[in-house]
Amino acid sequence: MRAGLAFALALPLALGACGGGSGGGGGTAAGDPDTLRVLDYYNDEPNRSVWQGVLDGCATEVGVSIERESVPGEGLIQRVLQASSSRTLPDVLMLDNPDIQQIAASGALAPLTDFGLGTEGYAEGVVDASTYDGELYALQPVTNTIALFYNEQVFEEAGLTPPTTWEELKTTAAALTEGDRYGVAFSATNSYEGTWQFLPFMWSNGGDEADIATPETAEALQLWVDLLRDGSASQSVVTWGQGDVNDQFKAGNAAMMVNGPWNFGSLAENPDLRYGVVPIPAPEAGGTVVSPFGGEAWTVPQTGDEEKMAKAAEFVQCLNSDENVVAASVGTNTVPTRPELTDDAVAQVPELESFAEQVPDLRARTGQLGEEWPAAATKIYTAVQNALVGGMTPEDALRQAQDG
Amino acid sequence: MADALVRGGTSAPAAPVTARPGGGRRGRPGRRGQRLVEALFLVPAALYLLLFFGYPVVKNVVMSFQEYTTRTFFTGEAPFVGVDNYVNVVTSPVFDRALLNTVLFTLGSIAGQFVLGLAIALFFQRRFPLSGVMRSLILLPWLIPMIAGSAVWRWILDADNGVLNRVLEALPFVDAGPQWLTSTSLALVAVIGVNIWLGIPFNMTILYGGLQEIPEELYEAGELDGATGWRAFRHITWPMLRPVVTVVLVLGVVYTLKVLDVILGLTNGGPANSTQLISTLSYDTSFRQFDFGGGAALGNVLVLLSLVFAIVYLRFNRRAVDE
Repeated sequence: MRAGLAFALALPLALGACGGGSGGGGGTAAGDPDTLRVLDYYNDEPNRSVWQGVLDGCATEVGVSIERESVPGEGLIQRVLQASSSRTLPDVLMLDNPDIQQIAASGALAPLTDFGLGTEGYAEGVVDASTYDGELYALQPVTNTIALFYNEQVFEEAGLTPPTTWEELKTTAAALTEGDRYGVAFSATNSYEGTWQFLPFMWSNGGDEADIATPETAEALQLWVDLLRDGSASQSVVTWGQGDVNDQFKAGNAAMMVNGPWNFGSLAENPDLRYGVVPIPAPEAGGTVVSPFGGEAWTVPQTGDEEKMAKAAEFVQCLNSDENVVAASVGTNTVPTRPELTDDAVAQVPELESFAEQVPDLRARTGQLGEEWPAAATKIYTAVQNALVGGMTPEDALRQAQDG
Repeated sequence: MADALVRGGTSAPAAPVTARPGGGRRGRPGRRGQRLVEALFLVPAALYLLLFFGYPVVKNVVMSFQEYTTRTFFTGEAPFVGVDNYVNVVTSPVFDRALLNTVLFTLGSIAGQFVLGLAIALFFQRRFPLSGVMRSLILLPWLIPMIAGSAVWRWILDADNGVLNRVLEALPFVDAGPQWLTSTSLALVAVIGVNIWLGIPFNMTILYGGLQEIPEELYEAGELDGATGWRAFRHITWPMLRPVVTVVLVLGVVYTLKVLDVILGLTNGGPANSTQLISTLSYDTSFRQFDFGGGAALGNVLVLLSLVFAIVYLRFNRRAVDE
């Protein structure tokens, strides 16, 4: 008899709990006092090397050596939970920003203000995501978000300019849909990725994650429904992750796509593709576009070794120094979270400009709901899918998901 | 074990009657030693079962009655909440859908896998040139890691550029290829299809093995009585294959109920929950929403489904055999 994966996967976690109960911080106490253990999920290029450079630089500056472990992205949270039950948390931990509050709520993280770290100069949204219950638990050097990529060649041939409003998005996408090519591609998959892509449309129109059964959110969802119904976007958007969306755009199967700057490297592999990046269209001309911000933050877990935690905090501070922020931003195609540094980064990577412009208005996914965010995110992608292919009107789909 | 107990039992009254302490002493340690050795042989298996089957099952049942969240991992506190987790998961709007999908997915997969597996096994019962090579080729789906397999199937089934729809659209009477994985009405059919493809090698291999065990003489004798073709299958092959069929079906249902990777790779339960199963819902609840108690409760629902099926099937089968 097999009880699904739930307990098969929970087994190592639970056994980990058994093994570590008596250890009480043994994991760190056993280590060299001048060695900091670092855990992150930057296991792909260019992230791996760029961050290795930044980490090595900070190790020298703080006067410690580091032991770095990079796990695959989807395995990080399970790894953290396992380590927190066996009391073998690393000294410096990277977390995806929407996960910070969840982990902070468990008590596994140390408030950074205890070590004199502050948030002067950081964009407000970024600070929101790193704060739980009024305490700061993380510092995030760089961020990313999504914008509208467009195929310059296709636009030139059609004599069109990139859309700036929803109405223009619909007409432009319809005009550029031809043969095997769709006008626009985005990800509406049933995962947090689908929710993340829907948020700029929902938030820019005044929608709110606390209650999604509102006319504002319904209008945003109607826009996506219209794009599908007009045939301007493939029905496959409901299964496409952002990687699939990028593949479609790269292959010329979509004239526009909603995606982020982490695709620059992949898009450069197609030398025939000329593309530009503009902000996501606003509901009305001149409206403000509010996008979610992505990227990872650095935290100091509660390891029980005060001295080491102080060193770890110093290390996190160093990762957020002006010089390192710009290095990480330029090296990994991300944007500094402190607007004062964006000019330096954009001067070196001009394509980042559309993303950098949005930083002051970026909103944190967990800013309002905190650790309740996963439940709300699930409601949002469920409603989106029900309206796109489940035969429900946006209003009904949102109402049902909200009440669910 | 039972044998040792019986022998131990008969010796006990014998010892005082003979009143020969020496003899008793000689005999008892020997028997006791033997019993000890026997017990020691059982220890590894018992430990293994306890550690890898007993512990997880008990832990999972306990977890399903606790509020087990990310917090629990750090604090170790998991307050008992009675049947709240069960009430929450069973009353959630997705549960009914997931339960129905699980039943349809299991029935559809098993029916397809078994019928096709049996047909192929019967086909390979005849010897013909290259039959050995072809039989090994049929095992291929079994050898491909499911993550790779489902990625390839996603491409094949892609509505716009997938090879299946490209072929279909080339036919004169097809306007637009079906939305295999992206329409709520077809997605479940498509994932069942992929799971059938995946299950055929298992069914074929076991059934082929069973067919090899049926003595050739039975068919020869049957032929003399005029039982060939369908009648030979109905009256010789099927009754002789019954025990193997039982094994294949019971294992097949248990394997299919817990299928997770196929769905995660193809549709992730979507679109609009149309391929959401209890197993994927359990995974999602535990590892995406961090509600480990709710995930454990769903896992137990799945165990219960397996148990109910196993009991019903074994009962039914025993009666059939008794008759």
